[in-house]
Amino acid sequence: MAQHVAQPTATTPVVPAKLPLKAIAPWAVFVGILMLILLYFVGAEQGATSVFSGTDVHEWVHDARHLLGFPCH
Amino acid sequence: MNSATVRNLLVRGMLAGLAAGVLALVVAYLLGEPSVDKAISFEDAHSHEHEMEVVSRSLQSTAGLATGVLVYGVAFGGIAALAYCFALGRVGRFSPRATALLLSGCALLAVYVVPFLKYPANPPSVGDPDTIGKRTTLYFLMMVLSVLLAVAATLLGKRLAPSLGTWWATVVAVAAFAVVIGLAYAFLPVINEVPADFPAALLWRFRLSALAIQSALWGGFGLLFGELAERQLNPKPAKADSGRAVPAAN
Repeated sequence: MAQHVAQPTATTPVVPAKLPLKAIAPWAVFVGILMLILLYFVGAEQGATSVFSGTDVHEWVHDARHLLGFPCH
Repeated sequence: MNSATVRNLLVRGMLAGLAAGVLALVVAYLLGEPSVDKAISFEDAHSHEHEMEVVSRSLQSTAGLATGVLVYGVAFGGIAALAYCFALGRVGRFSPRATALLLSGCALLAVYVVPFLKYPANPPSVGDPDTIGKRTTLYFLMMVLSVLLAVAATLLGKRLAPSLGTWWATVVAVAAFAVVIGLAYAFLPVINEVPADFPAALLWRFRLSALAIQSALWGGFGLLFGELAERQLNPKPAKADSGRAVPAAN
């Protein structure tokens, strides 16, 4: 019986069901934008452009910016 | 129901991104920091004006580095999970786990390696502060271009597959990607701001460590997220069903 249950997954790889675009879109918009804002603060804030004045953000993530490949200064 | 699936994959993606970020952080601290320190010593020895230290070196190389790498891991984990929701079941006959690793490998190439080959990572003291705006714009442009072209190549491959077969459709799509990226490399401006006396070996080591960090990040993410996604999407039926007796499916 155990074999009967295991057989389909073992021999015929099941192609995963597609997730409908309608279900993905709201998450993609809200979370996607939020993630891009995070990347902006790690990669570019107080370098080429500044939302906050000063250099605190830049200096704090300085090493990460260099090692992650972003232009730093 | 489907929205819940997307949400669960997204949460797993961000957690896997955080864990992969920890792995990348270890690589960055062990392999990358020695080069950063040497580059800063070079900078101090060659510049006459000494900048005021806003954040101490010991904080920059630990807590600061960790903040940057972990936020980067979470952010790209989330974005990759969203791309994964789209790719799942659409890219070909791949299991959830294999789809994750494939996506992760493509992301490493498109997000990092392709922009890196044109505009490589630079250690401190390489780069003219006056051109930071131009360099940042070009770097992000190259990254966006590379990701969009990778998506376009995937769609092209899918469209060609019925007529050419999967193999040749993939070859044509990759070749098209390479040609357009080659054109971008040729026409986008060259940036070389390495000081003439900057040690070549140090620059090489720094850039290799930057590649190692991204490989650790995306490799770790692909394996971990793939495992989490596989368990979410194909839960094991029951404990009595001995998985060991069955030859591994993938």
